[in-house]
Amino acid sequence: MSSLHRFANPARFTRISRALTPWTAAATLVLLAAGLYLGIFASPADYQQGETVRIMYVHVPSAWMAMACYTSMALASAVALIWKHPLADLAAQETAPIGACFTAVALATGALWGQPMWGTWWVWDARLTSVLVLLFLYLGYIALVNAFDDPQRGAKAGAILALVGWVNVPIIKFSVDWWNTLHQPASISRLDAPAIHPSMLTPLLLMALAFMLLFATLLMVRIRTRLMQRRLQVLQQMEIEG
Amino acid sequence: MSGFRTLVVRDLKLAGRQGSDALIVVGFFVLGAVLFPFAVGPDAAVLARISGGVIWVMALLAAMLSFDRLFQADYEDGTLELLALSPMPLGFLVLAKCLAHWLTTGLPLIIAAPILAVLLNLPADGFGALLLALALGTPTLSLLGAVGAALSLGARRAGVLVPLLVLPLAVPVLIFGVAAVDAAVGSYPAGPHLMLLGALFLAALPLCPWAAAAALRHAVE
Repeated sequence: MSSLHRFANPARFTRISRALTPWTAAATLVLLAAGLYLGIFASPADYQQGETVRIMYVHVPSAWMAMACYTSMALASAVALIWKHPLADLAAQETAPIGACFTAVALATGALWGQPMWGTWWVWDARLTSVLVLLFLYLGYIALVNAFDDPQRGAKAGAILALVGWVNVPIIKFSVDWWNTLHQPASISRLDAPAIHPSMLTPLLLMALAFMLLFATLLMVRIRTRLMQRRLQVLQQMEIEG
Repeated sequence: MSGFRTLVVRDLKLAGRQGSDALIVVGFFVLGAVLFPFAVGPDAAVLARISGGVIWVMALLAAMLSFDRLFQADYEDGTLELLALSPMPLGFLVLAKCLAHWLTTGLPLIIAAPILAVLLNLPADGFGALLLALALGTPTLSLLGAVGAALSLGARRAGVLVPLLVLPLAVPVLIFGVAAVDAAVGSYPAGPHLMLLGALFLAALPLCPWAAAAALRHAVE
């Protein structure tokens, strides 16, 4: 626990994250460029899906991130509730809008891919439905956190909601195995070798890494902004109280 | 245990004396469902196809109307703080509130459902499955609603917030509830769907009071 508390200090967090941000931002740009180049120009078209397979290089990583963001939000909420970690509440709250955006991107790119491939923008398939529910959970969380006059109360209520809503994440993950509906099952995270050719796997993993670093960069900047806002408030209050 | 019974009896008495609250929920349930034949046309085959789903959606929406009064009145007049100080664990308090809520809203909905099923031309095979599914599903809704109501205590516009929090979590209940009715109408076994509904209820039974109690503790702090 002592090692965790070392990073609970907002000043130390600001210092470390300010040093890290340029590096993660640069790495995000490089990986995004490489992943997009390989994905759009240097990888073959699929023999069945044709050129539309390239949508996957954005769709799959954003869907992974949508679930990963919710899980990290739930973890941060648990840490905030159990250890009253001062940064955990902020981390959970600032993860929510980013995760909601990843979810929206996953749904939008999925619809763009579904139109030529399945012949429809949307089907009420188990995975699509559960991802839509995930989007509503994100929006509900954001609405709940901002619904209180006392921000502390909003943070606590939001943390409990994030933990309750986490039940949806395994449902999304296993929906393609439990209900054999339209969405195709996983082809990467299998016990044996991935069912995907390296020429397609490389850009996909590059994009996934880029999205992860993008998330880390945005999260650090957002938490720092919140810390600065809070400091500004305290300074203003001190000035009023004289 | 006597505290549990006292609390349930107290809530039932309060609901009985106000009287109109439970009736309003059932009234909304019936009126909303009756709108559908006007909207989609009185064609018997179409109504028979959608009646199970319509009744379930209306039960869900009617339940949403009633959640904000689960804890709100007790929160406003300070009763909740006193209850939180009592030796009974908060989780049991939530459970007692849920039981009283289900007896005053869930049960009337189940009683009104067959009338709606007749009006909406639900095939006779579906009646048993509909009632069983509602009997298993509405307690789960009460439990989920308790979490939403406890979380939004003291929030601005809590009445709008509760459906936003609870509806996404209630989607599985809706799916399996409608699936049970559809299976029975299509003369497939409804048992598996009913068992899944039962599983949802059994999972919600310990987890929801726990989460709602945690939320209440922060609300009365």
